Amino acid sequence: MSTIASLHIGELGYISEESLDFIPLKLLEMGCLPGAEVQLIQIAPLKDPLYICVNGSHLAIRKETASQIKILKANL
Amino acid sequence: MSKNDIKVALIGNPNTGKTSLFNQLTGLNQKVGNYPGVTVDKKQGISKLSATQNAIITDLPGTYSINPTSLDESIVLKTLLKKDIKESPDVILVVADVENLKRNLLLFSQIKDLEIPTVLAINMVDQMNKKGISIDLSLLQKELNTEVVLISARKNQGINDVKEAIIRCHVAAKASPLCGINSKIDPDYFQKLKEISPNYSLYELWLMVTQNNYPDSITKEEKEKLLAFKQDVSKLKKYQHKETIYRYQEINKILKKTYIVDKTKATDVRSKLDKIFTHKIFGYFFFFMILLVIFQSIFDWATLPMDLIDTTFAELSDFARDRFQPGLLTDLLVEGIIPGIGGVLIFIPQIAILFLFIAILEETGYMSRVVFLMDKIMRRFGMNGKSIIPLISGTACAIPAIMATRTISSWKERLITILVTPFTTCSARLPVYAILIALIIPDIKILGFLNLQGLVLLLLYALGFGMAILGAYILHKTLKIQSKSFFVVEMPNYKIPSIKNVFFDVLEKTKAFVFGAGKIILALSIVLWFLASNGPKSYTNATKNVLENVENQNLSQDELNQRIASVKLENSYIGIMGKSIEPAIRPLGYDWKIGIALITSFAAREVFVGTLATIYSVEADDENTATIKEKMRSEINPATGEKRFNFAVGMSLLIFYAFAMQCMATLAIVKRETKTWKWPLIQFFGMGLLAYVSSLIVYQILS
Repeated sequence: MSTIASLHIGELGYISEESLDFIPLKLLEMGCLPGAEVQLIQIAPLKDPLYICVNGSHLAIRKETASQIKILKANL
Repeated sequence: MSKNDIKVALIGNPNTGKTSLFNQLTGLNQKVGNYPGVTVDKKQGISKLSATQNAIITDLPGTYSINPTSLDESIVLKTLLKKDIKESPDVILVVADVENLKRNLLLFSQIKDLEIPTVLAINMVDQMNKKGISIDLSLLQKELNTEVVLISARKNQGINDVKEAIIRCHVAAKASPLCGINSKIDPDYFQKLKEISPNYSLYELWLMVTQNNYPDSITKEEKEKLLAFKQDVSKLKKYQHKETIYRYQEINKILKKTYIVDKTKATDVRSKLDKIFTHKIFGYFFFFMILLVIFQSIFDWATLPMDLIDTTFAELSDFARDRFQPGLLTDLLVEGIIPGIGGVLIFIPQIAILFLFIAILEETGYMSRVVFLMDKIMRRFGMNGKSIIPLISGTACAIPAIMATRTISSWKERLITILVTPFTTCSARLPVYAILIALIIPDIKILGFLNLQGLVLLLLYALGFGMAILGAYILHKTLKIQSKSFFVVEMPNYKIPSIKNVFFDVLEKTKAFVFGAGKIILALSIVLWFLASNGPKSYTNATKNVLENVENQNLSQDELNQRIASVKLENSYIGIMGKSIEPAIRPLGYDWKIGIALITSFAAREVFVGTLATIYSVEADDENTATIKEKMRSEINPATGEKRFNFAVGMSLLIFYAFAMQCMATLAIVKRETKTWKWPLIQFFGMGLLAYVSSLIVYQILS
């Protein structure tokens, strides 16, 4: 199973239902919902944090958080 | 403010243009204060809604929900839960960004459930066409069951519609909830919660339980019942998750009918700019260049207005001395109050310039990229990406810088940032550095173009920043605080800064400095003046003793006056204090005169120069540093017959001023921000010890 942290720059995925318990409330509120499309836009120079776009929100989150959110990779 | 004014609370996500709307609604009728009991800034302004109706608008900190994770955000919750007639808002004005409407409506839906009349202002609608967005306004209004207005705060569009909507909303009946969480999640559970009190809406009760925040108006009995709901923490967490998902489902349903985005129309300047600003090499390069420009500007542009303020106050002192009858009150005015005020105002240019740059960087959206770039580096030292903003702001003044730590959600990271920020070289150290460098470092060029004095100044800045980082690392390793570190930063779209917003921001922060730190500096100048111009018997007899002393018979009138002044100082209360600490500071190379300056500048560093001016019997109203410099240069150490301010003493003093915590105003702010005296005391003694030991080592090696 992939997580947001395993995406490559530009790659898309969908947040899976089973990660619901691992998504912090704050991220849920910012639109990181199960089923939402997530794209990795940029990785900071020291490989952390990650800059993602999810549900229309552009957010920077730490790798540690990102690696807890499971996704299904989109088949392009 | 009259009783009939409508109290409006302005709420919204960060980066939605909330501040622009506040500025448009209130203009120059703004004032900044503190919320009772906390230091978080309370920005309020009066807006004329109609010929007969005014509104008092309170601008609350930006937040994504009313489940707070930082100090800033908890203010929003506290304000909304208040039932106090004077404080609780009559109408809530929610500002949303048209591009991120879905996420913004989450906050709106929570507010709506509090059953307070609410107006929704959708901002930046001038961008709608460009982004391919269309909104069915009347349907949205019906679905949300609230007043909705489309505005563009930066372009001053729709502001009157907002005002009219506030009036309509105010007279309308009590609002109804939008999402009604009870029926969807666990009806029994929420029914029981609802039964606790008829005075609060269900959602208010739910917030009290989940956020552990109880308003004063709640009865003891009700509170006990609410606390019983806290037993099952995992259930609370689960229901909060469910609540959020349910809210998004409802919002999606509504938006499907009313909000259409044609994605093909979206333009993408953002990703191009991001490629440059967050690039692994260019990103840091740009950041470094921007910092360089800021520092250059602070020193270049600020010199002229600072000199102007300096001379103006010196002249003002002269003027007052000539104009008024000689006496105690005139002395107080000329030697205490006027130089005191001047000592505060002189920092305005530097502080304003720094805040100008910070405001522009924030407004453009670039600051979030800096946070993104710096997070990993800062984390190694126990801070986080957001700590970079206080550390940069600290070069102007530690007070607003420490207040800027409020957005950091982890207590440990925030505390470390607060504790090390005073190491960054603030503008109050500058006059001290300037005069000491001029005394001990020759004014020569090295490599043909680098000014040696400037280089030393740069090194002192680097020393301060390095010490801040090192201090953070030590605290990170020693402080045993369990604190959840959670980091999420929104990367806003790039924007051209609004002149109005930047102007108000700079004005507000400068005012906060002048009135915050200013009061303390002024009060100290007066105390200092009193201690320096009063003393026991030997002080009162100083004039007589000098005149009667045979050695002094050949002196000119000027020299005689100076002799009297310095004998008086030596015997004044402050002189006695200086002498009593002499044994402790002698190993650092200081005498009692420097001791006086150390004591007085413990309150605020910049007082150092002024005190030396007095000590070396320069007229107190002559702030000309060249004169002070010459006096200091010709001062002889009687023990060695050498110059008092030789290289070793100068270096020792520079190091002392770089490390010691000599700012009462900062200590006061740290106390208020950490809510205990423990941390400011640790800071005071820790930094003091470091300063003492380092200066001791420096002096002993060099002398």
